[in-house]
Amino acid sequence: MMRKILVILAIVGFAVVLLPLAYQAGVQPAPGALATEYLEKAPAELGTANVVTAIVVSYRGFDTLGEVAVLFAATAGVGALLTRKRLGLASTREKRMPATEILRTATRFLTSLLILFGVYIFVHGHLTPGGGFQGGVVIATAILLNLLAEPESHLAHGVMTGVEALSGAAYVTLGLLGAFLAWGFLDPRVLPAGSIGALVSAGTVPLIYSVIGLKVGAELSGILDALKGDRE
Amino acid sequence: MASDIAILIAGAVMIAAGIGAIVTRSLLVSIILSGGVSLVASLVFLLMGAPDVAMTEAAIGSGLTTVVFLYALARSKQADHEDSDKRVDNPASEAGGAS
Repeated sequence: MMRKILVILAIVGFAVVLLPLAYQAGVQPAPGALATEYLEKAPAELGTANVVTAIVVSYRGFDTLGEVAVLFAATAGVGALLTRKRLGLASTREKRMPATEILRTATRFLTSLLILFGVYIFVHGHLTPGGGFQGGVVIATAILLNLLAEPESHLAHGVMTGVEALSGAAYVTLGLLGAFLAWGFLDPRVLPAGSIGALVSAGTVPLIYSVIGLKVGAELSGILDALKGDRE
Repeated sequence: MASDIAILIAGAVMIAAGIGAIVTRSLLVSIILSGGVSLVASLVFLLMGAPDVAMTEAAIGSGLTTVVFLYALARSKQADHEDSDKRVDNPASEAGGAS
């Protein structure tokens, strides 16, 4: 009884605290001062057609580096915890159910298209919505389909580790280049901004988003592989 | 106006799916419903004019998170079914005691 009263009190408290948010929800008619500044300056300064990418990669680039570091730590933790030994699968190799014909055929069709779409998303991050994180997840989806269609197959750990390490190093290197050759750490104006809307434009923004996409794709594929139970 | 109504309908669907995920007895149905909440949430983000967030929500929230939960569910069921003596990290079986 006491517990129920406390739960109801907690719910009422949350409702009172969060009620002002309900009145402010919805689409704002005009952007605020900071958003207006970004909307006006990002295309002129950096040459990015997609302002969200300019904010994520350049203006708030250090936050993105932190996010990538957090994702790396999470992947390392999952990989260290979910080994075959810890899962209790070391002694007997369990028989996995074979995938159905539909899944295998669909996977053969979709894998190349999904990887191509993922690469398209992160290469065009400075032009269209989406970027490294979304493209990386789409690539990991292609890897997941293959793991499901061929339960006995293994992910190439060496390749994945290599891609992850190289793209992480490339990200930090591009950031340092911005510090030495341009205006600050992760500043994309190392390369010329180019014309808005061209694929080769916006300085190093497409390069940074591409290495983020490769890193996220490799890390999430590693998490799925660890959950499947293939880590020694 | 039309997008406001669509957002309200999507919000109602999200609340219904969220309550369904809590009250259902089956964990599988619960996981799929919470994936559905994320899918409708990505629709709401799209209607509010945030396609970047909508893509992230659709890919991570409704795609990858659901898969991770499903793997975890399969793993926990396997741990339930397995004979606990066979586990390697069980000291009793390593000592050769219970066989």
